[in-house]
Order: sequence, then structure tokens, then C-alpha cells
Amino acid sequence: MADSAQTGSSGDSMDKSITLPPDEIFRNLENAKRFAIDIGGSLTKLAYYSTVQHKVAKVRSFDHTMKETEGDPLYEISVQEEITARLHFIKFENAYIETCLDFIKDHLVNTETKVIKATGGGAYKFKELIEKKLRLKVDKEDEMTCLIKGCNFVLKNIPHEAFVYAKHADSEFRFQNTHPDIFPYLLINIGSGVSIVKVESEDKFERIGGSSIGGGTFWGLGALLTKTKRFDELLQLASKGQHSSVDMLVKDIYGGAYSSLGLTGDLIASSFGKSATTDKEFSKEDMAKSLLHMISNDIGQLACLYARLHNLNRVYFGGFFIRGHPVTMHTITYSINFFTKGEVQALFLRHEGYLGAIGAFLKGAEEDNPNQYSWGENYAGSSGLMSVSPDLNPMQRARSGTFDMLEMDRLERQLVNLPLLQDPSSYIPDTVDLTEDALAREYWLSCFEEALDGVTSSLLSFGHFPAFFSLPASAYGSLTVRSLLDTREHCLNEFNFPDPYSKVKQKENDVALKYFQKAVMSLEKLSWEQRQFALVRGLLAGNVFDWGAKAVSDVLESDPEFGFEEAKHQLQERPWLVDCYSEWLERLKGPPHKCALFFVDNSGIDIILGVFPFVRELLLRGTEVVLASNSGPALNDVTNSELQILTERIAAMDSIIHAALKEDRLTLVQSGSSSPCLDLSRLDKALATVVLERHTDLVVIEGMGRAIHTNYYAMLNCESLKLAVIKNSWLAERLGGKIFSVVFKYEVPAKTHGLQQ
Amino acid sequence: MKQKDCRHCENGGAAGTELEEARGREPVAGLTAASSASGVGRGSCSTARRMTEPHIKNRPPFPWFGLDIGGTLVKLVYFEPKDITTEEEQEEVENLKSIRKYLTSNVAYGSTGVRDVHLELKELMLCGRMGNLHFIRFPTQDMQAFLQMVRQKHFSSLHTTLCATGGGAYKFEHDFRMMANLQLLKLDELDCLIRGILYIDSIKSSGPSECYYFENPTDPEHCTQKPYRLENPYPLLLVNIGSGVSILAVYSKDNFRRVTGTSLGGGTFLGLCCLLTGCSTFEEALDMASRGESTRVDKLVRDIYGGDYERFGLPGWAVASSFGNMMCKEKQMSVSKEDLARATLVTITNNIGSITRMCALNENIDRVVFVGNFLRVNTLSMKLLAYAMEYWSKGQLKALFLQHEGYFGAVGALLELLNPST
Repeated sequence: MADSAQTGSSGDSMDKSITLPPDEIFRNLENAKRFAIDIGGSLTKLAYYSTVQHKVAKVRSFDHTMKETEGDPLYEISVQEEITARLHFIKFENAYIETCLDFIKDHLVNTETKVIKATGGGAYKFKELIEKKLRLKVDKEDEMTCLIKGCNFVLKNIPHEAFVYAKHADSEFRFQNTHPDIFPYLLINIGSGVSIVKVESEDKFERIGGSSIGGGTFWGLGALLTKTKRFDELLQLASKGQHSSVDMLVKDIYGGAYSSLGLTGDLIASSFGKSATTDKEFSKEDMAKSLLHMISNDIGQLACLYARLHNLNRVYFGGFFIRGHPVTMHTITYSINFFTKGEVQALFLRHEGYLGAIGAFLKGAEEDNPNQYSWGENYAGSSGLMSVSPDLNPMQRARSGTFDMLEMDRLERQLVNLPLLQDPSSYIPDTVDLTEDALAREYWLSCFEEALDGVTSSLLSFGHFPAFFSLPASAYGSLTVRSLLDTREHCLNEFNFPDPYSKVKQKENDVALKYFQKAVMSLEKLSWEQRQFALVRGLLAGNVFDWGAKAVSDVLESDPEFGFEEAKHQLQERPWLVDCYSEWLERLKGPPHKCALFFVDNSGIDIILGVFPFVRELLLRGTEVVLASNSGPALNDVTNSELQILTERIAAMDSIIHAALKEDRLTLVQSGSSSPCLDLSRLDKALATVVLERHTDLVVIEGMGRAIHTNYYAMLNCESLKLAVIKNSWLAERLGGKIFSVVFKYEVPAKTHGLQQ
Repeated sequence: MKQKDCRHCENGGAAGTELEEARGREPVAGLTAASSASGVGRGSCSTARRMTEPHIKNRPPFPWFGLDIGGTLVKLVYFEPKDITTEEEQEEVENLKSIRKYLTSNVAYGSTGVRDVHLELKELMLCGRMGNLHFIRFPTQDMQAFLQMVRQKHFSSLHTTLCATGGGAYKFEHDFRMMANLQLLKLDELDCLIRGILYIDSIKSSGPSECYYFENPTDPEHCTQKPYRLENPYPLLLVNIGSGVSILAVYSKDNFRRVTGTSLGGGTFLGLCCLLTGCSTFEEALDMASRGESTRVDKLVRDIYGGDYERFGLPGWAVASSFGNMMCKEKQMSVSKEDLARATLVTITNNIGSITRMCALNENIDRVVFVGNFLRVNTLSMKLLAYAMEYWSKGQLKALFLQHEGYFGAVGALLELLNPST
């Protein structure tokens, strides 16, 4: 059955006049449209689509046809307002429903909307109230259809949506990679009863079975046995109980294990078996625990039988029985492991509670065809996963018990895999999962906390700045350096700091451009072999300049040329920490590459004095070059619009670049990302198209964020260069080197791989 | 299955040796008739059989017992010889006579022991002897009282071997030795179960057919019990519902596998009933259940959707959430103990039904035999199971039941005494 626990009067006794801070919760309500609501047994989930206005930094080239004067900046920066689309999902207790509807009524300016899509068992009960308050027609949608639609949506659009739960592991949650093909899968929805649904495609699913022993049985039977009314309290009781005093175990019958069948002594032979033969009183806790085991095991067993019959190994669990409760996630996981001997893993979803609302929303928005876009979770506006033990985080519990938010930004570009990934389904962008590496976690968290202090301390005064450092490490999926950096970017953007580095980047670009021709000239004087090495050193030295890392800010003062030379001296001498230079040089003696895809990093010296001379040499060799830069700002990384201006300027000075640009041998593309890191599974579709069209056979990834924190282990099916200077002494030490150690990793995919395909 | 066979050999071999030792020490008390073994021998391993053949010729001395000690109930089968000659009777030692008289002249033992007279198999030929097979049960928690009695009746002086199966054969082995000076011959419960079923089904009896089914299970008006001939029974899904549940796929008499099991069994029904209604016996619980109405306790599909959930072909009368109405305080107040007992019975029974159905599908077997003491005097559950098998499989699955529900393990243990399964 679907989530349809009608709890009668669950909220009647609550104080409805309770004051909320709804303006923080129902954000961007003015332009809201396309409402959907999912009313469950105790929680209501509201969804709406809205537009958000925020500031973006734009760069615009000056007109350089006129004689330029020394000291004029290269381009001007202006801050403009931009409107983007965003999905809002809010979850709150049914008790607040009236207050929330009133708030929406008062703030909803847009009157285009006539209908609200509704799903969930309570939709019927609250139909009149909604129609009266909002003057919207309630249009009921099938629960299961909404649930499946929502599930498909989050699995496709939210990286690290699904996770495996491991109670006793170092990290409670093990997040799963987004598989490019999410079908087929099994969804076990544990509401008051259990529905087992096989999902084969976007529109094809079938309820293949179910059971009447579900969340309602735990709740109802538990209430009778323990005289405890609330579901949460029952779970609380269960987490403190000992089931072995109520259950008859194998060892109670056998005196030990039943070894010929491999049944251990601690296995439950008969749930509640002891209460049939002993007259003693049982504690509430023990009975609740026994009941929890009984129900979880039963559901787990049925799930396994269905998974086996239909030959499916991706099994997701949802419904109010599961929803963020570590106790039930643990018992279900245990049961699945027992019955499948580890062959099937129980998977849970971070946004499980929103599936119905998301689905109902999508049903209503079908004419907008939301599935044609890519969506991204906005870390700044979302509450994150709150399911750690309530004892550990009482504050958080209190908050999530009232309101919980999820915001998804519609991305302007559709994101796809880099077609050159060897195995997209096993690709993990992040090199280290901080949730599983306590030492690294501690270090990086303190780093970011410090950095935030400097840049964004004023943000904290906004009051509802998501305190993501106090959230469980896994609030938004695996904690990685990338997710930390991205969260920071989302927050800056959200609070209208569109590009804090724009001025610095502008100045640095200006200065570096002046030395471009000189740098190229000095390279041309060198012999071929000397030049190849100088080009690589230039790339590396350029990469030392990174305003994101503290250690280099001293190096660059007023004289960038001096700084550049200085940087080269700072570099580690060969042999480097990772040193494939000889192999690279050998390769360069061979035939030229057809096309190189270059993921660039910083503005200024890095891109102008490091990357461009290297690119120029590739072009001279006859290799086409695709320069991929960020779509939006992140730290001091060069953005696509900045790079366009820079390239034009360089082309004006350099005939090689000029010709290449004109003949389309040098192409600029945007990556689709606004992150200092790089996720090769979420790249702009246009980039993917260019890469395929040009028969790209070399990928160059530059910088710590893209080549070390992410993609260090990424396997491509063409040649790749990953190069970076380790500008962080902690990380350098961890890798067995010193600060300014060089990583120069040149990889050629095994030949046989291609042949086997 | 190869491995399974080997295990049989090892077990059988070991059993043979123990028997040999037991008899070797024994000054035979007159009853070892020299006639050859007959009837029920079912060897499966030729080497082991050769090893023990000389001893099969010797019938074991009386008394002949088979014991199955489960989690909740102890099941005892006793063969009462009716062809005792005057000569034999004179030679019969006093202890043996007293045991025979005690068991056969009573139908209840102590406060909790019961002889199921209606199941008694009369004039049975077993190992060349004619007699009656008696079926006796008592709660496992009275094991200590039973041991006291065994001690008082000087059972150990009879120098017989006591074949026992079920978990209690292991758990109480030490107590049997210490309190009653008896060495148990421990036997695997699944082996005994299957052996017992095949034997009881094979004997022709004048009484009602051992195996039966319910005709028209989906039509309560015309649902009737009908005899069934379990000829050529393989493959077969065997569901043994005791305190917990074991589900076996049986492909031949010695090729079978435990597919799965569930802890939601007879013990769960009784345990929950005791907690919810304050009753204390299975009979009481069943009686209450027969008078109750589960639909007041359970939330049905129609309670949620107002009728059938047509999108998924779920009828309105189907249970959507067992005990689902009890989430609501007012509804809690309006249900009776009888309703709760009924809901418990329906919940447990339907759950066994749905796990069974899934196993049958996974194993590709279409005949299911339900046994175990949960079904004793429990027509309600049997009809529910028959219904569930028929309805949800759209007539593909057939539910079968056996008269001697819970005694097959004990019968299997007795057979082991008479003809070691070597």
C-alpha cells in the first residue's frame, strides 16, 4: 500500500497559532506557480516552481578598435540581475498545514495558477481546506505514479541520491554513484502496508506484489502492546530494547546453533515465541524491538524473494517506515543481507520523503517537459540529510521535525557524461571520500571553516545560512573536497556575492597579457626538446598562481614576470612526485594528436603564460584544441566569458592563435560547471558533442581541484595528461612530498581494451 | 544434492555405531525376535548399509518411541504392540508393562500432556509386529516434569535407545543423561519430517485419508474438505509451521532442501495473542479468533481507496495494513479481544501464505503441503491458506494438508529406531 497512514487526529491537539518563520521557508513565493502537494499520514510536502533573481557578474570587452591607452583594463565587469528557474520543496508536519496555506495565500501574487496537483492519503481529507484557502482546484493524482516519477527524477538528477546504510561503519552512509541507466529497479514502499513495484522505464512500472505487514502494523500493533501512541516514540523504545527476551531464538530451541542448516544460535526462530510460553511481564522496549525485527525481517525476506523472481539487484526502500530513521534502515539492511547473503544491497534515498510531491509536481508540469533539463540540488537552500542519531544532534532533530527544504536549480545547460570515460557507471569524480577518511575530513573541514571566516563571515548575519559544518558529514551525499567547495559557491551565489574574485582576476589577466609575447619569444629561442620541457614547466609554474591557496599569495607582487620566474624556481626539480615526463616527451616525438581537450584552471598567469604557449605548440604540431572552461565563476578560475575576451586579445597579438581561431582549430567551450572541481559525468552537452565530432584523442586536466581532488583516478579511453602543483603542505605530505611538489601523470589506455570491445 | 546424500551416509553410519554399542552392552531382555526386518527400510547409501546390515535383522527391544522436541511442543509417538503372546507377556519386565499400561489407558498425562486419540493408527504392521501407534504431546516447558516421570518409571533399566529429533534433542541431551540416565540418539528434524510424512502417507488405513485439500476455497459456501491421493508427490513444497516456519523443496525422498523460513509462525500467533488478549493456551486463542472480526483491526484496501484499487488490481476486501486501524486511538477502543485474536491469526496465516507462494514461484513447484501443529484444530488458517494459494496464484497452486499435522518428525524418529536410514 502506499503511504496512507491516516492518523486520525494526529495534529488536532497541537497549537495551530504557533509562529513560524515562513518567509525563510517559502522562499521566492511571489513568482510561484504550478503547485503540488503530497499529504501523508503526518507530513505534508509542498512543491512549487518559481523563478529566482540573483546577481551575476558579467564581463564585457572594451572596444579595442581604437588605439588603446596604457593602463586601461582589458574588459569591464558589471553586475547584472539574472533570472533562473528553481524548484522548491518544503516538508512540514500536517499540524502546520492551515498556517502554511494562509501564508501562501497572502504571498502568492501570481494568479495564473488555477490547479494544485495533490497526492497522498491525506489529499482527500484536506481537499476542502486547500480549495477554500488557496482558491485552487485540487486535482488528485495516483500516489504510486507520483512516487515512481519522483523516484526517477531524483535518481537521474541528484548525484549521490542513493546510499547504503551501515550502522557500525566509519561512515554511516555509503553513497552510490549515479548510474547512467537507472532502470530497471525495485522500489519497496513501506507505508502502512508494503508495495513492491518493479520500474522498467520512465513510464513503465508494475506493482508486482506487496504485504499487509508494514509500517501500520508496527505502529498499530506497537501501540496496542506498549500503549505508546506516536510512531517516533515507538522507534525510540525499540532502539533501547532487547528482542531476545521476547523472541524464541534458535539457541532457545537447540541450545546452540542448528549447524547442519547454517542457522546460528542468535537467529530468531519464532518472533514473540517466548511470550507464548512464559508468564512474565515484558518491557515495552523489548516488545517494540521484537516487533521491529519481526516486521523488518519479513519485509526484507519478501523483497528478496521478489528481487530474485524478477532478477533485479537494485532495490530501493522508501515510505514513512524508513524515512530518515536509522533504526529501520539498519534492520532492513540487516534483513536484506541475511536473506540474500550480501548479493543484494538495500538502497535508501536522501530525498525519499519528497518523491510523491516531486512526482505530483512533474505530472502538473508535463507541458514544460522538465525532463529535458538537467537539475542540480542547491546546497544553500536545502536542508540536507538529517538522519543521524537524534542523541547526537538534538538541535537538528528539532529543526527537521518542523521544516525541511529541498531546492533544485534548473541548469541552463543539459549535462551529460564525457564520452571519453572508460566506464561511466563506475566513474567516481572524487579522489577521496572524506566521510571515510577521518584525518582528511578533519583537515579539510577546518580549512574551509577558516576560509569561510574570511570571505563569508557577513553571510552568517543572514541568520538562515545553512550551517553545513554542523550537519552530518554526509548531509548532501559523500563529503568530498568537491562538495565542500561547491557548497561554498552555492552560498556565495545565493547571498548575492556573484563573483568575489572578478576584480582580482581582471587585474591579473591585464598584467599577464602584457608578458605573453615576451614569453612566447623566449620559448622560440629554445631547441625543440628544451622547449617541450619549458612548456610543461611553464604550465606548472603558471598553476602555482592560485588565489585560492594561501601559500602563493606572497609570491606574486607587483612584478608578474619576476613572479613567474620565481614560481619556476619554487617548483620541485625532476624527478617529480609523479613523473611521466619522459613518456610524454617520447610521445611528442611521434605523430601529432588529432584533437586535445584542455580543462583549464586559473585566470591570469596560469591561463595566459602557462596554458596558451602550450596550446600554441599543440596547434603548431597540427593538433586541434578545445579549451573547456567553467560556465560560472568559482574562486579565481577563468570563466568561459572571460576566456573568450582573453583569447581574442591573444589572437590579436599572435598569428598562430589568430589563424587557429579563425579556422576553427581552436575552440572554446563551456564545461557546464561552476565548481573549482570537475565532474566528468556532468558536463555540458555541447562539449560532449564537440569532443566526439573532433575525434578527441588527448585530454589535459590542469590544477589541484580538477586533477588531484577529482579525476586523479579517472580512466579515459584516450591519452590523458593530469598535471598539478601541490600547493598545500598537508596534502603534499600525505602524498609523500613537500609543498610545490609536481604531479605530472601521463596515461595511455591499455590497447587491448579497445580491441576487446 | 550430492552433498546432502553424503551427509546422510555419515549420519547413518554414526547412528549405526551408536546402536551397536548400545545393544552390545545390553543383556537382551527376551524380546529380540529373530524375524527379519521388514516394511519401512529406506536405504540410500550402499556402503553404509552393508556395514550395518547384520544389526537390522535384530528388531530393537520394546518400548518403541519416537520423540520430537520442538520449541513449544514435545511430540511423542508410541507403538503399542497388540500381538503380545502370553509367553511374551510373562517375560515382559514390570517397568515396560507399567509404561505401556500408563500410556494406553490414559488420554491425558499430568496437567498438560494429551493423547490425540483421533489420530491413533490401529492394527498397524511395523517391523513384523502388529499394534497401535499412539500420538502424544505436551508443552516443551514441562520437559523437566517429563524427565522426572521417565526417571520414576525407570526407563533407563529397559536399555532401549530413545530416538529424538527437533532442537530439544540437542538442548536437552544433557538433561536426559543426567536426570534420566538416558542417551538420546539425535536425529535431524528435516530428515525425520520427510521420512515421517512419506511413511504415514504410504500406509493404507481404514480411517479418513491422510492427505486432503479444500475444494472451492474461494467460495465459502461450497468450500469442502476432500481427500487427496499424494501419489507421485514430487516435486513438493513442504511448509512446516511450528513455533517458526521452515519451507522445504522436496524433489525425492532423500533429495530436499530448506528453501527459507520465517520467524512469524505458530509461536508468534500464540505469543501475540497472549500479550494482546491475556489468554494462555493455543485452544483459547483459536476459540477467541473464531469469534472475532479482523476487519475492525486491519485496514483494508477499501478503507483507503473507498473500493478496489483498480490501478493495481487490488480488491477492496484485501488487507492493506495488518493492525493498521490500531494506529488510531478511537478505533483501538472499539475492538474486542476476539477481534485482536482473529487479526493476529489472519496476519500470521496470510504472511505464511505469501512467502510460500513466492517460494513456490521461485522453485517452480505447484503443490504445497502444509504441516505442523499451528494447523491443529485450526480450520480457519487452513481455509485461509487454501484460499490464498488459489486466489493469488489464479488457481495455479494447490494447498494440501495432512491429518497428522505435527507428528511427522516424531514418526520419522521412531522409524529411525526400527530401520536406521543407512
